[in-house]
Amino acid sequence: MNVKFINPFLEATIDVLKTMAFVEPTPGKPYLKKDNYAKGDISAIIGMTGAAKGSLALTFSESCIVRIVSNMLGEEIKEINGDIKDAVGEITNMVSGSARKRLEAEGFTISAAIPTVVSGKGHSIVHVMGGPSIIIPFTTDHGPFVVDVCLTEST
Amino acid sequence: MDKNIKILVVDDFATMRKVIRNILKQVQYENIVEAEDGVVALNILKSQKIDFVISDWNMPNMTGYELLKAVRADPEIGKTPFLMITAESLQENVVAAVKAGVSNYIVKPFTAETLNEKITKIMEK
Repeated sequence: MNVKFINPFLEATIDVLKTMAFVEPTPGKPYLKKDNYAKGDISAIIGMTGAAKGSLALTFSESCIVRIVSNMLGEEIKEINGDIKDAVGEITNMVSGSARKRLEAEGFTISAAIPTVVSGKGHSIVHVMGGPSIIIPFTTDHGPFVVDVCLTEST
Repeated sequence: MDKNIKILVVDDFATMRKVIRNILKQVQYENIVEAEDGVVALNILKSQKIDFVISDWNMPNMTGYELLKAVRADPEIGKTPFLMITAESLQENVVAAVKAGVSNYIVKPFTAETLNEKITKIMEK
């Protein structure tokens, strides 16, 4: 995966969570993920195609997503429920849209599909293109989450 | 600016409608009705007085763009202010929406302040 694809997703993630949920995530050092296990309790994955092909997944710890969605809805949520599942899909959709806008400015026009949400301890993330993906780990005051990107330039 | 205007929020995701309702509440708009797609929205628009429409673009049954065209084609409700929300700023979508008579559009993510500014600007026209 081209490293120039990392920053647009990193910036988009911070922008979406700061703007919509008033949560300031701190990014850690990106690393290569070699297995399919998700690094959290709930994920949404979205396929992308165009000048680059692949998929994007966001995986949240329960404590982190409960705070994010409580802030977005203006009501206290205690555990993963239907609202959280919908919101994880919508957050992933927004991160994808915002990152693709940034990538378009770099000359990569990419479209995206509809996100799929998966939850449960030890669930797996299977990227459409297969192969290793890049994990961008984030910490927040309410727990960790990761952005998992697997994107390859189209030939 | 009249904060009692009746706003119709159209989005197929109930959670997203709640998010928009929460954002509107932050800027003192609380007279809100909701619709889960364009078909339901059109029925509401024809059966009660709606002052402002905030609609998502991507929805099943009738998209936000199709709803916009249907609203503008109806002489009874054709002048209702219409703000489109999109997850991406695809130029072709923006051009199509402007041609169809959208009052303005907003790209997710957005702050309460940005939404408030857009509503105020449209209502003052």
